[in-house]
Amino acid sequence: MSDCHSSPSTSVAGSPNGASSGHKTIALVGPPNAGKTTLFNRLTGLRQKVANYPGVTVEHHAGKLHSRTGATADLIDLPGIYSLEPRSEDERVTHDVLRGEMAGIPRPDAILLILDATNLSRHLVVAAPVLSLGLPTLVILNMADDLRERGGTLETAELSQRLGVPVVLASAAKGEGLEPVFEFLDGTLGVPPPAGSPFPILNNLPSMNDVPACRAWATRVSQGAWKAPLPSVWSRRLDAVFLHPLAGPLIFALVVVIVFQAIFTGATPLMDGVEGLIGNFGKWVATTLPESSWRDLLTEGVIAGVGGVVVFLPQILLLFLFIGILEDSGYLARAALIADRTMARFGLQGKSFIPLLSAYACAVPAIMATRTIENKRDRIATILIAPFMTCSARLPVYTLVIAAFIPERPLLGHLLGTRAAAMIGLYALGFLAALLTARALKSSVLRSDGTPFLLELPSYRWPTVRSLGLRLYDRAMVFLKRAGTIILACAIGLWIMAHLPLNHGKPPEIRDSLAGSIGRTVEPVIAPLGFNWKIGIGLITSLAAREVIVGTLGTIYGIESEEDTKGLTAALQKDLTPGGAVALLVFFAFAMQCMSTVAVVKRETGGWKWPVVQFSYMTGLAYVCAFAANRIVTAWLG
Amino acid sequence: MQISGNSRLAHRATLLDLAPGEEATLAELSLPEEIAHRLMILGFVPGSSVSYTRSAPGGDPRVYRVDGADVALRGETASHIHLERRM
Ligand SMILES: Nc1nc2c(ncn2[C@@H]2O[C@H](COP(=O)(O)OP(=O)(O)OP(=O)(O)O)[C@@H](O)[C@H]2O)c(=O)[nH]1
Ligand SMILES: [Mg+2]
Repeated sequence: MSDCHSSPSTSVAGSPNGASSGHKTIALVGPPNAGKTTLFNRLTGLRQKVANYPGVTVEHHAGKLHSRTGATADLIDLPGIYSLEPRSEDERVTHDVLRGEMAGIPRPDAILLILDATNLSRHLVVAAPVLSLGLPTLVILNMADDLRERGGTLETAELSQRLGVPVVLASAAKGEGLEPVFEFLDGTLGVPPPAGSPFPILNNLPSMNDVPACRAWATRVSQGAWKAPLPSVWSRRLDAVFLHPLAGPLIFALVVVIVFQAIFTGATPLMDGVEGLIGNFGKWVATTLPESSWRDLLTEGVIAGVGGVVVFLPQILLLFLFIGILEDSGYLARAALIADRTMARFGLQGKSFIPLLSAYACAVPAIMATRTIENKRDRIATILIAPFMTCSARLPVYTLVIAAFIPERPLLGHLLGTRAAAMIGLYALGFLAALLTARALKSSVLRSDGTPFLLELPSYRWPTVRSLGLRLYDRAMVFLKRAGTIILACAIGLWIMAHLPLNHGKPPEIRDSLAGSIGRTVEPVIAPLGFNWKIGIGLITSLAAREVIVGTLGTIYGIESEEDTKGLTAALQKDLTPGGAVALLVFFAFAMQCMSTVAVVKRETGGWKWPVVQFSYMTGLAYVCAFAANRIVTAWLG
Repeated sequence: MQISGNSRLAHRATLLDLAPGEEATLAELSLPEEIAHRLMILGFVPGSSVSYTRSAPGGDPRVYRVDGADVALRGETASHIHLERRM
């Protein structure tokens, strides 16, 4: 999920495309969840997303590969395929790259075909169409460690003979058995491919249209050369618990409660620590530097604005730690299974649930992930509802407002407090809006017969400390980069606008400044929601990214307050009524304040129609519901 | 259990009739070509053996073990996959 908020254009890491002339291009091909991206990362040193469910990679990624002879090549990681006939958008990417029809990517010169050695007879089905492409191919039977552990065996020489191409047994995760991969690369990269191919293609390959024939062929090829491993005992046992009629849903609910309580109370000491550090740094700057506008820009604009957002880093990392554990362990696919019945009631299928879950991190990769949904209308419906899911950028806003307005009281002993419950309520609110919108869409403009739900369940795996650590590191970098670019720019821009126009060489009261007058211009529109002009400025800047509102308020209060230590929470309590606070939460739950999301929706749906509809609908809904919330809460509190 | 309008198959058992842990041989998929194709790629090929593992809480979708992997599908789909004979 490192691609959150990177530009939504296809990411080509490593090489700027076009450098292909002297280079060879090598494609990584194979069924979903076979370990292609794990191998890609190992060979290129990059860190594309790896997780334990089918359909993680949905676009092509290129990276530089160095063979030991010093030759370089472009290695292309591709979405998993079950056949060469694309049924979904992600499979189409692989299809197009292999046919040389993908803009910017030359037709591959060689193929690394990755198959799961613990699942060989079914994975070999993909081998038939890939081998019949006639390109130099190395078959890598991955997950050697798993095969060994569960008592399976494999004769690579025999398989190689039967397939007519070299076959190696390896473990991409452990880095075992990759020596022959380098030898293959040296061979393919070193010499131009000889005319009489050293890669004899079997002429008895079955046609892909005839699936039974393909499977029969796969069984023939693997028979005698492959001993299937015993079914994983652990996967069995865990499924018996996680899919148990009673324990299953109970554990599901418990996981949710623990995650939110941990995000609230667990992250607090760390957040307080970061806040203290930033506060002290601000004071130090204020006392050390001579008095000047520059100093004020630094303390009020940059430190109060950017610092106010950076405080939330520990909380966001904790959220990502939980998401990482769910994705790497294989539980995610089970959660999709448990959710399928509910999703069915709203006209969606369990497959939509996986993109929706990843939208808890960020809507941008979630919208990309809908490429795995074969049915076009289901896919559009999922794209349209994904931004309702509570993304991590909303977390700072929710935390700030909840902490300011909801007193902490235990609800279920130590397990659940009022604040975590309020947070769960907001996440549920977003999910509910998503489901009801889906129902409305699926029973009108996006009605379809739907493709049935089909999901291959991955085996459970232990999430490794290394992979979780790298995820968190990457996530922290993305977050800090955002803080250092978009949030910093907004903070500086706002600070300057809050100090103009100069009046006899002196900055005006913030109320009368440029920023203030913009805020006061929108005030009549948002006053019914219980927001004043300061919140108005925040709403405008949050169009760049949701969490910017936190930085903006930090800057405004930083400029306003005399002895700049009052803190955002205290300032907010003065500026918002309880009704306004609830309205603000509801507004953020529903509004589509995220330009990256608009951009990626436009790209994925191929035009402006859907993003415009979506933006108007979400903003309208946010406005109406925030208005109602303000009225209800105000009336209720008398 | 009466399923499709296809009377020739009506007397045949389907995947829905399997008890947890029970294994059977697949006979026929009376589903639209597109869906049948995807099921076959996942291993539901006539002649191969399938066993019912368990269902998700609430009884649907169901998990079937076919060719060494667990595949989940809805009961609605399973009711159109006919069995050869019990084993
Ligand atoms: N035990 C073991 N696990 C592995 C190995 N290689 C990959 N994995 C795990 O298999 C899962 C899938 O790996 P990915 O690299 O994301 O697979 P992929 O083929 O790119 O999957 P898609 O992008 O969905 O097509 C992850 O949980 C990996 O950690 C291996 O050699 N041994
Ligand atoms: Mg991948």
